[in-house]
Amino acid sequence: MRYLPKSPAEREAMLAEIGVSGINDLFSSVPEEYRLTHDLAIPRQMGESEIVDYFKQAAAHNANGYSSFLGAGAYRHYRPVIIDSLVQRGEFLTSYTPYQAEITQGTLQAIFEFQTMICELTGMDIANASMYDGSTGAAEAVMMAVRITGRGDVLVARTVHPEYREVMQTYAQHQGHVAHELAYGEDGRVDLKALDQSLTENTACVLVQSPNFFGLIEDIPAIADIVHKKGALLIVSIAEAVSLGIVRPPVEADIVSLEAQSFGVALSYGGPYCGVIAAKEKYLRQMPGRLVGETKDKHGRRGFVLTLSTREQHIRREKATSNICTNQALVALMTTIFLTVYGKEGIKELAQQNLAKAHYAVGALSRHGKLLFAGTPRFHEFVLETDEAPEQLNARLLDHKIIGGLSLARWYPELGNATLWCATELTTREQIDQAAAILAEAPVAAAVR
Amino acid sequence: MTYPATYRYTREHEWIELDGATGKVGITDYAQNSLGDIVFVEAPKVGATVEKGKVFGSVESVKAVSDLYSPVTGTVTEVNEELATAPEKINTDAHASWIMKVELKDPAEAQALLSAEDYEKFIAEETGH
Amino acid sequence: MATIAEPISEKAFTGTPRKVTAHITQNEALMFEKSSPGKKGYKLPPLDVPEVDAQALLGSAARESTGALPELSEIEIIRHFTRLSTWNYAIDLGMYPLGSCTMKYNPRVNEYVSRLEGIAEAHPYQPESLSQGALQVIKSLQECLLEITGMDAITLQPAAGAHGEFTGILLVRAYHQSRGNPRKTIIIPDSAHGTNPATAAICGYQVVNLKSNAQGGIDVAALEALVNEDTAALMLTNPSTIGVFEHQIHKIADVLHARGALLYMDGANMNALVGKTRPGDFGVDVMHLNLHKTFSTPHGGGGPGSGPVACKKILEPFLPTPVVAESSDGTLHFNYNRPQSVGRVRMFYGNFGMFVRALAYILANGPDGLRQTTEDAVLNANYIRAKLEDLYELPYKTPSMHEVVFSDRRQVRNGIKTGDLAKRLIDYGFHPYTTSFPLIVPGALMIEPTESESREELDLFIDAMRQIAREAEENPQLILDAPHSTRISRLDETGAARKPILRWKPNTE
Repeated sequence: MRYLPKSPAEREAMLAEIGVSGINDLFSSVPEEYRLTHDLAIPRQMGESEIVDYFKQAAAHNANGYSSFLGAGAYRHYRPVIIDSLVQRGEFLTSYTPYQAEITQGTLQAIFEFQTMICELTGMDIANASMYDGSTGAAEAVMMAVRITGRGDVLVARTVHPEYREVMQTYAQHQGHVAHELAYGEDGRVDLKALDQSLTENTACVLVQSPNFFGLIEDIPAIADIVHKKGALLIVSIAEAVSLGIVRPPVEADIVSLEAQSFGVALSYGGPYCGVIAAKEKYLRQMPGRLVGETKDKHGRRGFVLTLSTREQHIRREKATSNICTNQALVALMTTIFLTVYGKEGIKELAQQNLAKAHYAVGALSRHGKLLFAGTPRFHEFVLETDEAPEQLNARLLDHKIIGGLSLARWYPELGNATLWCATELTTREQIDQAAAILAEAPVAAAVR
Repeated sequence: MTYPATYRYTREHEWIELDGATGKVGITDYAQNSLGDIVFVEAPKVGATVEKGKVFGSVESVKAVSDLYSPVTGTVTEVNEELATAPEKINTDAHASWIMKVELKDPAEAQALLSAEDYEKFIAEETGH
Repeated sequence: MATIAEPISEKAFTGTPRKVTAHITQNEALMFEKSSPGKKGYKLPPLDVPEVDAQALLGSAARESTGALPELSEIEIIRHFTRLSTWNYAIDLGMYPLGSCTMKYNPRVNEYVSRLEGIAEAHPYQPESLSQGALQVIKSLQECLLEITGMDAITLQPAAGAHGEFTGILLVRAYHQSRGNPRKTIIIPDSAHGTNPATAAICGYQVVNLKSNAQGGIDVAALEALVNEDTAALMLTNPSTIGVFEHQIHKIADVLHARGALLYMDGANMNALVGKTRPGDFGVDVMHLNLHKTFSTPHGGGGPGSGPVACKKILEPFLPTPVVAESSDGTLHFNYNRPQSVGRVRMFYGNFGMFVRALAYILANGPDGLRQTTEDAVLNANYIRAKLEDLYELPYKTPSMHEVVFSDRRQVRNGIKTGDLAKRLIDYGFHPYTTSFPLIVPGALMIEPTESESREELDLFIDAMRQIAREAEENPQLILDAPHSTRISRLDETGAARKPILRWKPNTE
C-alpha cells in the first residue's frame, strides 16, 4: 500500500523488538468472537489513475457546462487562482489546530488577520476564528443570546434561510428555548408591526437575515430600535458575504452570524463552508468557538495564541458555551486570501458588479414574469412569479443548458409559482438575455392557471 | 501567608469577613496559589441570592476554571468591580480582594465555618505536609 | 539505538537533535501594516451590462466605506502567506504524535479529485437529475463506512466530530422519546474527551460520571450499579483514551441493553479498529466517525472536519433530513419525508468536499490496505512503548493499541512536567504529543504515531524522547525554558487572556 512507509522486513524486525511473534498478538485484547476474519466488502485497492477516473466519471454525471441562476445560500463567485495554490501548501493543509503556538504562528497570524477583516466588514468589535457554517453559526448565536439575556423565547424571521431555521430549531428543542416565527410584510421584509407585537419581556433575541432569503435588504436600524426597546438582542445573519462590499454593515446588531462561502470558497455541493460569529465586545465571554489573541514572548516579540480557551469544552466539559471543537481554519484561510486579493477597493467593485448584473437580470426577466417585492432594495437575488409552474419553466431552461431560479414552493407555498434567481459577477449578459428569451416562449396553455 | 484570624473559611477555599449582618467573600491565598495567574472573575449580579455550599461564580486561570461556592446564604449587595479589569489583584493579595458582599439571611450561619487555625490545618492535610 | 556518542562535558548535558538544523525564516508583518492605497491584487473584467448607481438602488442601506481592508499586489500576497506557512509545523514535515487526534498522511490525490470542476462547482440546489455523480459519491462513501463499522444506517450531515456526537445523542434522545420517555442521564467515563459531557449537556441530558477501573477501563460492576431507568446511554470511547480495547465490551453492551439504555461509541480511535473488528458487531448502537482523523482528510490548521454518524436499524427513522434514497429507475434522490427525524443539523448535506477525499482514501486502500493501515498504526505505538517504557512511567500496563500513554511521574521529581517535555520536543524537530489528557492519568504523555511513520522517523522520535529524559535528569532548566529554536519563545498567555487583543487596529503599533 503506497501510503505505508514500511517494508515487510521492517515490520518483522519491529515485531521482534517489541517481543511478539506476530501482528495479531498486538490485537489480543479484542475478544476473539469480534475479530474480523475476512476482508471488508469494499471496492478493491485502486491505482491513482483509477481513482482519478472514478471521480472524473462522477463529475461528468453532475451539471457540466450549464449556466446557473442559483443562489439561495450558496453563491458562485470567481475564486482567484492563488487561493488554491496557497491553501495547498502542506504547512497550512496538513497542520493541526494551533495549540502549540511556537510552531503554528503561521496559522495563528492568518486567523488574527481573518478576525480583523471580519470585524471591519461587519462593523462588530470582535469575531471568532470561524464556525462550521452559516446555519450552525446562526443556531449558536441564538444560544449565545439566550445565555446572555437569561430569557427563553426566540423570534426568527421567516425570511431567514429556511435551512438555517431548521438547524436552529434542532438546536433549540433541547435547550429549553422556544422559537417563534416572524412573518414578512408586503415588501418581503420583516413586518415591523408584527415584530413590535411579538416581542415580550421573555424574548431573548430576534434573528433576521440581510440580505434576506428573497435577496432583500432588511431595515436593520429600524428593527434594532424595536428589539432593543424590549431589552432583547438583535442577531443579523448574513448568507451572502459579498453584499458587505456595498451594503451598510449591521452595526446596530448585537451579534452577526456570517457565512463567508462567497469569499473564495468552492460551492462543493454544499460544503465545507465557513461560518463566523462577530459581536459587540461586551459579549466576549459568551462567544462560542476559538479566538486568537495577540501577545508577546519573553523577549518582547509579537506573537499570537489561542486565548480565552476556558470557554471551551475541553476545560468546561458540561458547562462549556458550546460543544464545538474544530472550526473551519483552512476555509477561513481561503476567505482571508480572497479578501486580501480584493482588498478595500476590490470588494466594493465586486459587489457593485453583482448589483449591476442583478439589476439587468431583473429588468430582462421581469418582462416575462412578475417581480415580487419590487420596491424593496435588494442585492443580487430576486423573486419572480410566473404563470408557468417552476418545474415546467426550469425543464425548458435545462433543455438549453440553463439552470433557472430555485422554486420556493417547498418553503413558501403562499407565493405560488415563485422562483428565486441570483446573478453574480460571473453571470453574463448573454446568459441573462438567453434565459429571458426562453421565458418569453412560455407555452400559451401553461399560462392559464 | 497568614490567614486573618477574624475571617471564616470553607473547605472549598473561600473566606468571609463579617461586618454585622453582611460579609465580604473572597478566595484564599492557598486557592489563588494553586490556580496560578487569574485572568477572569465571574461574579454574581447585585441582588442575586446565593446559597450556602452552592456555586455563585467562578475564577479562571489560563487553562482552568474553578467554581466558587458561597460560604453563606443571603443576598448579594455589592460586587467588587475592580476585579473585572484587574483580576490579578487576587494573585497579589487574595485576602484583601473580596469578590462579593452578601447580606446574610442568618448572621449566625458563618460561625459554623472554619477558623483560620482550622483552615490552615485543613490545607496542611490536603497538601500532605 | 539511542546511545549518545558525545562525551558528557563538565557542562550539563544538552541533547543533539538529529532530525533538525536551525535555519532562517522570513519575518512578515500583518497584512494591514503592509498595505498602501492604490495597490491592487485583482482585476475584474469590464461590465457587460450598464453601470448602476448603488446609492440610488440601495438608499440608506448603501455602504460608505469598507473599512481597513488591506491593499496589496499579488506577489506581496503570495509572499505574505507563503512566509506565514513556513512558521507552521505540519504532517508534511514530520511525525505528529498527538494522541487521540490521528494525524496521518493526507494524500494529494484526494485534493486533486475534490477540485475537479463537476465536483467543486456543484451547487447544492442544482437539480437532482444533474447531481447524480455527487449523490453517487455520498452513497458509495456511506456503503463503505457502514461496512467498516458494521452498522445499519448512516448520515454524513454533521460537520465535525463534536457535531457528530451532538447528532448521535439527538438520535438517542429521539429513540427514547418515541418509546414514551427521553430519559434523563448520560453516563460518561472519567477518561472521556471533554466534548462528550459538553454534548450531553447541549442535548438536555445530565452527566453521570463513571470512574475508570484500575486498568483504565470501564468498571462493569460500577456501571451496573449506575445504569437505571433514567439512563439514556453510555458514551464510550473504544479503544479507550489510554489506547486500550475494552475487552468486556459485550458485557458493557448487555448491561445497558438490559435496562433499555443504548451504547454510544466515540469513534475518535477508529484507527485502531478498521478492518480488524467492527463496532456494530460488538454491541454499539450509535457512533460517530471523524473523516479528518481515520479517513485522512486534512486537518487544515483546525478544520474543516466531518463527523458522520452510523447507527443500528432501531435508530434509522430518526436520522437527520434529508437522506439519500434510490428511485425505482436506479437514480438517486434526497428523501425529505422523514416524519420521525431529529431535523437538520446543518444546511445542505454536510461537508461534501470531505466525503470526496475520504472516499478517495478508501479506494486507494481497499480492504487489504485498510487492514494493513490499522496493523501498522498499532505496530508503531507498541514499538514506541517498548523503546521508551524504561525511561517513562507507564501507568497502565494493559496492552496498547494505536496509542500509548505515559506519565511524567519520574520527570516531575526534577520539576519537569509533561508540558515542559512536550515543548522541548519541538527543539528536536517534532510536534509535541498530547499533554495532560486523559484526565485519569496525572501528567499524561499521550502518543499516537499513526501508520504514516517509517521506522526511521520513529527511531528519531524515540531518540529525541530518550535524550530529553536525560536532560530532565541533568539539565532541567534547559527543558523548562524550551523551546529554544523557534521564531518565538513561550508566549505570555496570561497577558493575552487578561487584556485580550483580538484584532488589529489602525492606530495601535
